Amino acid sequence: MLIRYLSQIGKYFLMLKEIFNKQTKWSVMKKLIFKEIDDLIIDSLGIVCFISFFIGGVVAIQTALNLTNPLIPKYLIGFATRQSVILEFAPTFISVIMAGKMGSYITSSIGTMRVTEQIDALEVMGVNSLNYLVFPKIVALLMYPFVIGISMFLGIFGGWLASAYGGFSTSQDFIAGAQMEFIPFHITYAFIKTLIFAMLLATIPSFHGYYMKGGALEVGKASTVSFVWTSVCIILFNYILTQLLLG
Amino acid sequence: MIEVKNIEKSFGDSKVLKGVSTVFETGKTNLIIGQSGSGKTVLLKTLLGIHTPDTGTIEFDGRVYSDLDKDEKRELRTEIGMVFQGSALFDSMTVEENVAFPLRMFTNDNKAKIKERVDFVLERVNLVEAHKKLPSEISGGMQKRVAIARAIVNNPKYLFCDEPNSGLDPNTSTLIDNLIQEITKEYNITTVINTHDMNSVMEIGENIVFLKKGLKAWQGTKEEIFRTDNKDIVKFVYSSNLFKKVREAYLKG
Repeated sequence: MLIRYLSQIGKYFLMLKEIFNKQTKWSVMKKLIFKEIDDLIIDSLGIVCFISFFIGGVVAIQTALNLTNPLIPKYLIGFATRQSVILEFAPTFISVIMAGKMGSYITSSIGTMRVTEQIDALEVMGVNSLNYLVFPKIVALLMYPFVIGISMFLGIFGGWLASAYGGFSTSQDFIAGAQMEFIPFHITYAFIKTLIFAMLLATIPSFHGYYMKGGALEVGKASTVSFVWTSVCIILFNYILTQLLLG
Repeated sequence: MIEVKNIEKSFGDSKVLKGVSTVFETGKTNLIIGQSGSGKTVLLKTLLGIHTPDTGTIEFDGRVYSDLDKDEKRELRTEIGMVFQGSALFDSMTVEENVAFPLRMFTNDNKAKIKERVDFVLERVNLVEAHKKLPSEISGGMQKRVAIARAIVNNPKYLFCDEPNSGLDPNTSTLIDNLIQEITKEYNITTVINTHDMNSVMEIGENIVFLKKGLKAWQGTKEEIFRTDNKDIVKFVYSSNLFKKVREAYLKG
Protein backbone atom coordinates (compact mmCIF):
# COMPACT_ATOMS: atom_id res chain seq x y z
CA MET A 1 0.00 0.00 0.00
CA LEU A 2 2.73 2.48 1.06
CA ILE A 3 4.82 1.55 -1.99
CA ARG A 4 1.79 2.18 -4.22
CA TYR A 5 1.24 5.66 -2.71
CA LEU A 6 4.95 6.51 -3.01
CA SER A 7 4.93 5.31 -6.61
CA GLN A 8 1.91 7.52 -7.37
CA ILE A 9 3.60 10.52 -5.74
CA GLY A 10 6.73 9.86 -7.82
CA LYS A 11 4.63 9.58 -10.96
CA TYR A 12 2.93 12.90 -10.08
CA PHE A 13 6.28 14.71 -9.83
CA LEU A 14 7.49 13.15 -13.10
CA MET A 15 4.26 14.43 -14.67
CA LEU A 16 5.01 17.95 -13.34
CA LYS A 17 8.46 17.80 -14.96
CA GLU A 18 7.01 16.61 -18.28
CA ILE A 19 4.42 19.43 -18.32
CA PHE A 20 7.19 21.99 -18.73
CA ASN A 21 9.09 19.99 -21.40
CA LYS A 22 8.72 20.69 -25.13
CA GLN A 23 6.36 23.62 -25.16
CA THR A 24 3.45 23.77 -27.57
CA LYS A 25 3.63 26.56 -30.19
CA TRP A 26 2.68 29.89 -28.61
CA SER A 27 0.03 30.65 -31.26
CA VAL A 28 -1.79 27.43 -30.28
CA MET A 29 -1.09 27.71 -26.56
CA LYS A 30 -2.46 31.27 -26.40
CA LYS A 31 -5.90 30.09 -27.54
CA LEU A 32 -5.83 27.16 -25.12
CA ILE A 33 -5.01 29.49 -22.21
CA PHE A 34 -7.92 31.82 -23.02
CA LYS A 35 -10.25 28.83 -23.31
CA GLU A 36 -9.13 27.52 -19.91
CA ILE A 37 -9.52 30.98 -18.33
CA ASP A 38 -13.08 30.96 -19.61
CA ASP A 39 -13.83 27.38 -18.51
CA LEU A 40 -12.06 27.40 -15.15
CA ILE A 41 -12.08 31.02 -13.94
CA ILE A 42 -14.97 32.88 -15.56
CA ASP A 43 -17.36 29.93 -15.30
CA SER A 44 -16.58 29.59 -11.58
CA LEU A 45 -17.33 33.22 -10.71
CA GLY A 46 -21.09 32.74 -10.38
CA ILE A 47 -20.97 29.96 -7.81
CA VAL A 48 -18.06 31.60 -5.93
CA CYS A 49 -19.96 34.93 -5.67
CA PHE A 50 -23.15 33.19 -4.55
CA ILE A 51 -21.48 31.06 -1.87
CA SER A 52 -19.19 33.84 -0.62
CA PHE A 53 -21.99 36.38 -0.24
CA PHE A 54 -24.28 34.09 1.74
CA ILE A 55 -21.59 32.38 3.85
CA GLY A 56 -20.22 35.84 4.75
CA GLY A 57 -23.74 36.74 5.91
CA VAL A 58 -24.06 33.52 7.92
CA VAL A 59 -20.65 34.02 9.58
CA ALA A 60 -21.74 37.53 10.68
CA ILE A 61 -25.10 36.28 12.02
CA GLN A 62 -23.54 33.31 13.86
CA THR A 63 -20.92 35.59 15.41
CA ALA A 64 -23.59 38.09 16.50
CA LEU A 65 -25.76 35.36 18.00
CA ASN A 66 -22.84 34.04 20.03
CA LEU A 67 -21.88 37.46 21.41
CA THR A 68 -24.42 37.34 24.24
CA ASN A 69 -22.28 39.13 26.81
CA PRO A 70 -23.26 42.85 26.79
CA LEU A 71 -19.66 43.78 27.65
CA ILE A 72 -18.43 42.49 24.31
CA PRO A 73 -18.61 45.31 21.74
CA LYS A 74 -20.71 44.82 18.59
CA TYR A 75 -17.84 45.85 16.30
CA LEU A 76 -16.34 42.39 16.97
CA ILE A 77 -18.90 41.03 14.50
CA GLY A 78 -17.14 42.89 11.68
CA PHE A 79 -13.73 41.92 13.01
CA ALA A 80 -14.59 38.20 13.26
CA THR A 81 -16.24 38.15 9.86
CA ARG A 82 -13.23 39.79 8.21
CA GLN A 83 -10.75 37.44 9.89
CA SER A 84 -12.78 34.29 9.11
CA VAL A 85 -13.36 35.26 5.49
CA ILE A 86 -9.84 36.47 4.68
CA LEU A 87 -7.86 33.85 6.56
CA GLU A 88 -9.84 30.68 5.98
CA PHE A 89 -13.17 30.86 4.24
CA ALA A 90 -12.15 32.51 0.97
CA PRO A 91 -8.80 30.86 0.31
CA THR A 92 -9.36 27.40 1.80
CA PHE A 93 -13.03 26.54 1.69
CA ILE A 94 -13.65 28.06 -1.70
CA SER A 95 -10.68 25.99 -2.90
CA VAL A 96 -12.24 22.81 -1.49
CA ILE A 97 -15.47 23.69 -3.30
CA MET A 98 -13.46 24.37 -6.46
CA ALA A 99 -11.80 20.96 -6.07
CA GLY A 100 -15.29 19.62 -6.70
CA LYS A 101 -16.26 22.00 -9.46
CA MET A 102 -13.04 22.61 -11.40
CA GLY A 103 -11.41 19.35 -10.33
CA SER A 104 -14.17 17.08 -11.57
CA TYR A 105 -14.34 19.08 -14.82
CA ILE A 106 -10.59 18.73 -15.38
CA THR A 107 -10.49 15.01 -14.50
CA SER A 108 -13.52 14.09 -16.56
CA SER A 109 -12.48 16.12 -19.62
CA ILE A 110 -8.93 14.71 -19.65
CA GLY A 111 -10.20 11.23 -18.68
CA THR A 112 -12.67 11.24 -21.55
CA MET A 113 -9.85 12.21 -23.91
CA ARG A 114 -7.87 9.25 -22.57
CA VAL A 115 -10.80 6.82 -23.02
CA THR A 116 -11.55 8.01 -26.56
CA GLU A 117 -7.84 7.79 -27.58
CA GLN A 118 -7.57 11.56 -28.14
CA ILE A 119 -4.47 11.66 -25.89
CA ASP A 120 -2.94 8.79 -27.89
CA ALA A 121 -3.72 10.79 -31.04
CA LEU A 122 -1.81 13.80 -29.64
CA GLU A 123 1.17 11.63 -28.66
CA VAL A 124 1.26 9.84 -32.02
CA MET A 125 1.33 13.23 -33.76
CA GLY A 126 4.39 14.16 -31.68
CA VAL A 127 2.61 16.61 -29.36
CA ASN A 128 3.66 16.70 -25.70
CA SER A 129 0.14 15.92 -24.51
CA LEU A 130 0.85 16.86 -20.88
CA ASN A 131 2.10 20.28 -21.91
CA TYR A 132 -0.82 20.71 -24.33
CA LEU A 133 -3.47 19.70 -21.79
CA VAL A 134 -2.16 20.73 -18.36
CA PHE A 135 0.10 23.76 -18.92
CA PRO A 136 -2.80 26.04 -20.06
CA LYS A 137 -4.72 25.05 -16.93
CA ILE A 138 -1.79 26.01 -14.71
CA VAL A 139 -1.45 29.38 -16.46
CA ALA A 140 -5.22 29.99 -16.32
CA LEU A 141 -5.25 29.25 -12.61
CA LEU A 142 -2.67 31.98 -12.01
CA MET A 143 -5.82 34.13 -12.15
CA TYR A 144 -7.33 32.14 -9.29
CA PRO A 145 -6.24 34.74 -6.67
CA PHE A 146 -8.58 37.22 -8.43
CA VAL A 147 -11.46 34.82 -7.80
CA ILE A 148 -10.45 34.56 -4.16
CA GLY A 149 -10.11 38.36 -3.95
CA ILE A 150 -13.71 38.69 -5.17
CA SER A 151 -14.74 36.01 -2.68
CA MET A 152 -13.10 37.95 0.17
CA PHE A 153 -14.85 41.17 -0.82
CA LEU A 154 -18.27 39.54 -1.25
CA GLY A 155 -17.92 37.54 1.98
CA ILE A 156 -17.31 40.69 4.00
CA PHE A 157 -19.96 42.57 2.02
CA GLY A 158 -22.51 39.80 2.72
CA GLY A 159 -21.54 39.92 6.40
CA TRP A 160 -22.04 43.68 6.48
CA LEU A 161 -25.46 43.47 4.81
CA ALA A 162 -26.64 40.65 7.09
CA SER A 163 -25.34 42.40 10.17
CA ALA A 164 -26.50 45.93 9.43
CA TYR A 165 -29.83 45.14 7.80
CA GLY A 166 -30.57 42.10 10.02
CA GLY A 167 -30.37 44.28 13.11
CA PHE A 168 -27.33 42.58 14.66
CA SER A 169 -25.12 45.67 14.72
CA THR A 170 -24.98 49.09 13.17
CA SER A 171 -23.30 49.64 9.84
CA GLN A 172 -20.68 51.87 11.52
CA ASP A 173 -19.86 49.22 14.14
CA PHE A 174 -19.41 46.52 11.50
CA ILE A 175 -17.17 48.74 9.36
CA ALA A 176 -15.13 49.82 12.39
CA GLY A 177 -14.66 46.16 13.34
CA ALA A 178 -13.74 45.18 9.79
CA GLN A 179 -10.99 47.87 9.83
CA MET A 180 -9.77 47.11 13.33
CA GLU A 181 -6.23 45.75 13.84
CA PHE A 182 -5.86 45.01 10.17
CA ILE A 183 -2.62 43.15 9.40
CA PRO A 184 -1.73 43.45 5.71
CA PHE A 185 0.38 40.27 5.88
CA HIS A 186 -2.83 38.29 6.37
CA ILE A 187 -3.77 39.17 2.80
CA THR A 188 -0.31 38.13 1.58
CA TYR A 189 -0.66 34.88 3.54
CA ALA A 190 -4.08 34.23 1.99
CA PHE A 191 -2.81 34.84 -1.53
CA ILE A 192 0.31 32.68 -1.05
CA LYS A 193 -2.04 29.87 0.04
CA THR A 194 -4.30 30.57 -2.91
CA LEU A 195 -1.48 30.26 -5.44
CA ILE A 196 -0.36 26.94 -3.99
CA PHE A 197 -3.96 25.69 -3.96
CA ALA A 198 -4.29 26.83 -7.58
CA MET A 199 -1.31 24.65 -8.51
CA LEU A 200 -2.90 21.70 -6.68
CA LEU A 201 -6.27 22.38 -8.34
CA ALA A 202 -4.70 22.33 -11.80
CA THR A 203 -2.37 19.36 -11.43
CA ILE A 204 -3.96 16.74 -9.13
CA PRO A 205 -7.21 16.41 -11.15
CA SER A 206 -5.13 16.42 -14.37
CA PHE A 207 -2.99 13.59 -12.95
CA HIS A 208 -6.07 11.48 -12.16
CA GLY A 209 -7.59 12.11 -15.58
CA TYR A 210 -4.40 11.62 -17.56
CA TYR A 211 -3.37 8.32 -16.01
CA MET A 212 -6.84 6.76 -15.69
CA LYS A 213 -7.52 3.40 -17.29
CA GLY A 214 -10.82 1.89 -18.37
CA GLY A 215 -14.06 3.28 -19.73
CA ALA A 216 -16.81 5.77 -18.94
CA LEU A 217 -17.45 4.33 -15.46
CA GLU A 218 -13.79 4.76 -14.55
CA VAL A 219 -13.95 8.42 -15.66
CA GLY A 220 -16.62 8.96 -12.98
CA LYS A 221 -14.57 7.08 -10.39
CA ALA A 222 -11.43 9.04 -11.30
CA SER A 223 -13.35 12.32 -10.80
CA THR A 224 -14.40 11.24 -7.31
CA VAL A 225 -10.91 10.07 -6.36
CA SER A 226 -9.44 13.29 -7.73
CA PHE A 227 -11.85 15.40 -5.63
CA VAL A 228 -10.92 13.46 -2.48
CA TRP A 229 -7.16 13.78 -3.04
CA THR A 230 -7.31 17.44 -4.09
CA SER A 231 -9.32 18.25 -0.94
CA VAL A 232 -6.96 16.23 1.28
CA CYS A 233 -3.93 18.01 -0.20
CA ILE A 234 -5.55 21.45 0.15
CA ILE A 235 -6.36 20.82 3.83
CA LEU A 236 -2.89 19.40 4.45
CA PHE A 237 -1.09 22.27 2.73
CA ASN A 238 -3.37 24.73 4.55
CA TYR A 239 -2.09 23.40 7.85
CA ILE A 240 1.57 23.38 6.76
CA LEU A 241 1.42 26.90 5.28
CA THR A 242 -0.40 28.31 8.29
CA GLN A 243 2.25 26.84 10.57
CA LEU A 244 5.06 28.16 8.37
CA LEU A 245 3.67 31.64 7.67
CA LEU A 246 1.72 32.50 10.83
CA GLY A 247 2.96 30.05 13.43
CA MET B 1 9.47 0.81 -45.29
CA ILE B 2 9.06 -0.36 -41.72
CA GLU B 3 11.09 -3.34 -40.60
CA VAL B 4 10.14 -5.15 -37.40
CA LYS B 5 12.79 -7.47 -35.96
CA ASN B 6 12.01 -10.02 -33.27
CA ILE B 7 9.59 -7.88 -31.25
CA GLU B 8 8.54 -9.22 -27.85
CA LYS B 9 6.13 -7.49 -25.50
CA SER B 10 4.71 -8.63 -22.16
CA PHE B 11 2.18 -7.10 -19.78
CA GLY B 12 2.84 -8.55 -16.32
CA ASP B 13 3.00 -12.32 -16.72
CA SER B 14 1.20 -12.28 -20.06
CA LYS B 15 3.48 -12.37 -23.11
CA VAL B 16 1.47 -10.80 -25.93
CA LEU B 17 4.10 -10.60 -28.69
CA LYS B 18 6.53 -13.52 -28.80
CA GLY B 19 9.14 -12.50 -31.35
CA VAL B 20 7.40 -10.97 -34.36
CA SER B 21 9.56 -10.14 -37.40
CA THR B 22 8.17 -8.70 -40.62
CA VAL B 23 8.49 -5.95 -43.21
CA PHE B 24 5.79 -3.39 -44.08
CA GLU B 25 6.46 -2.15 -47.59
CA THR B 26 6.25 1.39 -48.96
CA GLY B 27 3.43 2.16 -51.40
CA LYS B 28 1.46 -0.90 -50.32
CA THR B 29 -1.47 -1.50 -48.00
CA ASN B 30 0.01 -3.75 -45.32
CA LEU B 31 -2.62 -5.54 -43.24
CA ILE B 32 -2.23 -7.10 -39.81
CA ILE B 33 -4.93 -9.70 -39.23
CA GLY B 34 -5.64 -12.22 -36.52
CA GLN B 35 -8.18 -13.26 -33.91
CA SER B 36 -9.00 -11.06 -30.93
CA GLY B 37 -6.14 -11.36 -28.44
CA SER B 38 -3.59 -12.36 -31.09
CA GLY B 39 -1.55 -9.21 -30.47
CA LYS B 40 -2.60 -7.07 -33.46
CA THR B 41 -3.35 -3.91 -31.49
CA VAL B 42 -0.27 -4.33 -29.28
CA LEU B 43 1.90 -4.68 -32.40
CA LEU B 44 0.34 -1.56 -33.93
CA LYS B 45 0.74 0.44 -30.70
CA THR B 46 4.34 -0.77 -30.45
CA LEU B 47 4.99 0.44 -33.99
CA LEU B 48 3.50 3.79 -33.00
CA GLY B 49 5.71 4.07 -29.92
CA ILE B 50 2.75 3.96 -27.51
CA HIS B 51 4.18 0.67 -26.13
CA THR B 52 7.91 0.04 -25.74
CA PRO B 53 8.99 -3.44 -26.87
CA ASP B 54 10.79 -5.64 -24.31
CA THR B 55 13.18 -6.89 -26.98
CA GLY B 56 13.63 -6.39 -30.72
CA THR B 57 13.86 -3.32 -32.95
CA ILE B 58 11.66 -1.30 -35.28
CA GLU B 59 13.26 0.52 -38.21
CA PHE B 60 11.55 3.35 -40.07
CA ASP B 61 13.46 3.58 -43.37
CA GLY B 62 16.67 2.62 -41.62
CA ARG B 63 16.08 4.69 -38.49
CA VAL B 64 16.04 2.39 -35.44
CA TYR B 65 13.28 3.80 -33.21
CA SER B 66 14.88 2.74 -29.92
CA ASP B 67 18.16 4.48 -30.86
CA LEU B 68 16.48 7.85 -31.38
CA ASP B 69 16.51 10.45 -28.61
CA LYS B 70 13.28 12.02 -27.31
CA ASP B 71 13.30 14.93 -29.79
CA GLU B 72 14.12 12.65 -32.74
CA LYS B 73 11.24 10.38 -31.73
CA ARG B 74 8.86 13.36 -31.65
CA GLU B 75 10.22 14.46 -35.04
CA LEU B 76 9.60 10.98 -36.46
CA ARG B 77 6.08 11.03 -35.08
CA THR B 78 5.31 14.11 -37.13
CA GLU B 79 5.89 11.85 -40.16
CA ILE B 80 3.18 9.47 -38.94
CA GLY B 81 -0.55 9.69 -39.61
CA MET B 82 -2.87 7.58 -37.51
CA VAL B 83 -6.53 6.66 -37.92
CA PHE B 84 -7.83 5.35 -34.61
CA GLN B 85 -10.57 2.75 -34.23
CA GLY B 86 -12.92 5.30 -32.65
CA SER B 87 -11.58 8.10 -34.92
CA ALA B 88 -10.21 9.98 -31.85
CA LEU B 89 -11.31 13.35 -33.20
CA PHE B 90 -11.02 16.25 -30.77
CA ASP B 91 -14.56 16.78 -29.43
CA SER B 92 -14.22 20.50 -28.86
CA MET B 93 -12.98 21.26 -32.40
CA THR B 94 -14.93 21.47 -35.64
CA VAL B 95 -14.13 19.17 -38.56
CA GLU B 96 -11.85 21.73 -40.21
CA GLU B 97 -10.11 22.57 -36.93
CA ASN B 98 -9.45 18.85 -36.38
CA VAL B 99 -7.94 18.50 -39.84
CA ALA B 100 -5.95 21.73 -39.50
CA PHE B 101 -4.56 20.69 -36.11
CA PRO B 102 -1.31 19.00 -37.30
CA LEU B 103 -0.61 21.95 -39.61
CA ARG B 104 -1.16 24.50 -36.85
CA MET B 105 1.08 22.49 -34.52
CA PHE B 106 3.98 21.65 -36.80
CA THR B 107 4.14 24.13 -39.65
CA ASN B 108 4.52 27.88 -39.88
CA ASP B 109 1.95 28.15 -42.65
CA ASN B 110 -0.37 31.15 -42.56
CA LYS B 111 -4.15 30.84 -42.14
CA ALA B 112 -4.87 31.04 -45.87
CA LYS B 113 -2.40 28.29 -46.73
CA ILE B 114 -3.73 26.05 -43.93
CA LYS B 115 -7.30 26.61 -45.13
CA GLU B 116 -6.31 25.77 -48.70
CA ARG B 117 -4.67 22.49 -47.60
CA VAL B 118 -7.61 21.58 -45.30
CA ASP B 119 -10.11 22.21 -48.10
CA PHE B 120 -7.99 20.07 -50.44
CA VAL B 121 -7.79 17.04 -48.12
CA LEU B 122 -11.45 17.28 -47.12
CA GLU B 123 -12.34 17.28 -50.79
CA ARG B 124 -9.95 14.35 -51.30
CA VAL B 125 -11.91 12.29 -48.74
CA ASN B 126 -15.21 13.44 -50.29
CA LEU B 127 -16.21 15.56 -47.36
CA VAL B 128 -16.92 19.10 -48.41
CA GLU B 129 -20.13 19.81 -46.56
CA ALA B 130 -19.05 19.33 -42.98
CA HIS B 131 -16.33 21.95 -42.36
CA LYS B 132 -18.04 23.74 -39.49
CA LYS B 133 -19.66 20.72 -37.84
CA LEU B 134 -18.50 19.16 -34.58
CA PRO B 135 -17.53 15.44 -34.59
CA SER B 136 -20.68 14.67 -32.57
CA GLU B 137 -22.81 16.12 -35.38
CA ILE B 138 -21.57 13.81 -38.15
CA SER B 139 -21.97 10.07 -38.85
CA GLY B 140 -19.42 7.35 -38.00
CA GLY B 141 -18.38 7.02 -41.64
CA MET B 142 -17.85 10.77 -41.93
CA GLN B 143 -15.86 10.75 -38.69
CA LYS B 144 -13.58 8.08 -40.19
CA ARG B 145 -13.10 10.21 -43.29
CA VAL B 146 -12.24 13.24 -41.13
CA ALA B 147 -9.75 11.06 -39.24
CA ILE B 148 -8.17 10.00 -42.55
CA ALA B 149 -8.06 13.63 -43.69
CA ARG B 150 -6.35 14.62 -40.42
CA ALA B 151 -3.90 11.73 -40.79
CA ILE B 152 -2.80 12.71 -44.32
CA VAL B 153 -2.98 16.51 -44.07
CA ASN B 154 0.68 16.82 -43.10
CA ASN B 155 1.89 14.50 -45.92
CA PRO B 156 2.94 11.63 -43.66
CA LYS B 157 5.44 8.95 -44.72
CA TYR B 158 3.66 6.34 -42.64
CA LEU B 159 -0.08 5.81 -42.21
CA PHE B 160 -1.46 3.55 -39.49
CA CYS B 161 -5.12 2.55 -39.26
CA ASP B 162 -6.59 0.64 -36.34
CA GLU B 163 -9.70 -1.21 -37.55
CA PRO B 164 -10.82 1.62 -39.86
CA ASN B 165 -14.03 -0.24 -40.80
CA SER B 166 -15.31 -1.12 -37.36
CA GLY B 167 -18.91 -0.01 -36.84
CA LEU B 168 -19.41 0.92 -40.50
CA ASP B 169 -21.90 -0.49 -43.01
CA PRO B 170 -20.42 -2.62 -45.87
CA ASN B 171 -20.77 0.14 -48.45
CA THR B 172 -19.01 2.76 -46.32
CA SER B 173 -16.38 0.16 -45.34
CA THR B 174 -15.51 -0.42 -48.98
CA LEU B 175 -15.35 3.33 -49.61
CA ILE B 176 -12.95 3.76 -46.67
CA ASP B 177 -10.80 0.80 -47.83
CA ASN B 178 -10.57 2.14 -51.36
CA LEU B 179 -9.81 5.63 -50.09
CA ILE B 180 -6.93 4.34 -47.93
CA GLN B 181 -5.53 2.34 -50.84
CA GLU B 182 -5.79 5.28 -53.25
CA ILE B 183 -4.04 7.58 -50.78
CA THR B 184 -1.30 4.99 -50.22
CA LYS B 185 -0.57 4.82 -53.95
CA GLU B 186 -1.01 8.55 -54.57
CA TYR B 187 1.45 9.65 -51.87
CA ASN B 188 3.62 6.48 -51.91
CA ILE B 189 3.34 5.99 -48.16
CA THR B 190 3.79 2.95 -45.95
CA THR B 191 0.32 2.04 -44.76
CA VAL B 192 -0.27 -0.45 -41.97
CA ILE B 193 -3.86 -1.46 -41.25
CA ASN B 194 -4.98 -3.50 -38.29
CA THR B 195 -8.20 -5.29 -39.19
CA HIS B 196 -10.28 -8.40 -38.79
CA ASP B 197 -12.64 -7.43 -41.59
CA MET B 198 -12.26 -10.11 -44.29
CA ASN B 199 -13.79 -7.84 -46.92
CA SER B 200 -10.85 -5.46 -46.40
CA VAL B 201 -8.43 -8.37 -46.66
CA MET B 202 -9.89 -9.39 -50.02
CA GLU B 203 -10.25 -5.80 -51.21
CA ILE B 204 -6.92 -4.15 -50.37
CA GLY B 205 -4.62 -6.83 -48.88
CA GLU B 206 -1.34 -6.33 -50.73
CA ASN B 207 0.84 -7.55 -47.87
CA ILE B 208 -1.01 -9.48 -45.18
CA VAL B 209 0.58 -10.45 -41.86
CA PHE B 210 -1.41 -13.05 -39.93
CA LEU B 211 -0.76 -13.16 -36.19
CA LYS B 212 -1.64 -16.09 -33.97
CA LYS B 213 -1.00 -16.08 -30.23
CA GLY B 214 1.64 -13.37 -30.51
CA LEU B 215 3.55 -14.97 -33.37
CA LYS B 216 3.56 -14.34 -37.11
CA ALA B 217 1.80 -17.43 -38.47
CA TRP B 218 1.64 -16.44 -42.16
CA GLN B 219 2.47 -13.59 -44.54
CA GLY B 220 1.42 -13.08 -48.14
CA THR B 221 -0.87 -11.24 -50.56
CA LYS B 222 -4.66 -11.46 -51.04
CA GLU B 223 -4.09 -13.70 -54.08
CA GLU B 224 -1.86 -16.03 -52.06
CA ILE B 225 -4.45 -16.24 -49.32
CA PHE B 226 -6.74 -18.16 -51.74
CA ARG B 227 -4.08 -20.75 -52.56
CA THR B 228 -2.47 -21.23 -49.16
CA ASP B 229 -2.94 -24.50 -47.33
CA ASN B 230 -1.84 -23.03 -44.01
CA LYS B 231 -4.52 -24.45 -41.70
CA ASP B 232 -4.52 -21.52 -39.28
CA ILE B 233 -5.18 -18.85 -41.88
CA VAL B 234 -7.65 -20.98 -43.82
CA LYS B 235 -9.60 -21.57 -40.60
CA PHE B 236 -9.48 -17.85 -39.75
CA VAL B 237 -10.22 -16.30 -43.14
CA TYR B 238 -12.71 -18.85 -44.41
CA SER B 239 -14.77 -19.21 -41.25
CA SER B 240 -17.92 -17.97 -43.04
CA ASN B 241 -19.75 -20.01 -45.70
CA LEU B 242 -19.64 -17.10 -48.11
CA PHE B 243 -15.84 -16.92 -48.07
CA LYS B 244 -15.58 -20.73 -48.24
CA LYS B 245 -17.62 -20.64 -51.47
CA VAL B 246 -15.60 -17.71 -52.82
CA ARG B 247 -12.40 -19.69 -52.23
CA GLU B 248 -13.81 -22.83 -53.83
CA ALA B 249 -14.89 -20.82 -56.87
CA TYR B 250 -11.44 -19.16 -57.09
CA LEU B 251 -9.61 -22.48 -56.87
CA LYS B 252 -11.87 -23.98 -59.56
CA GLY B 253 -10.86 -21.02 -61.72
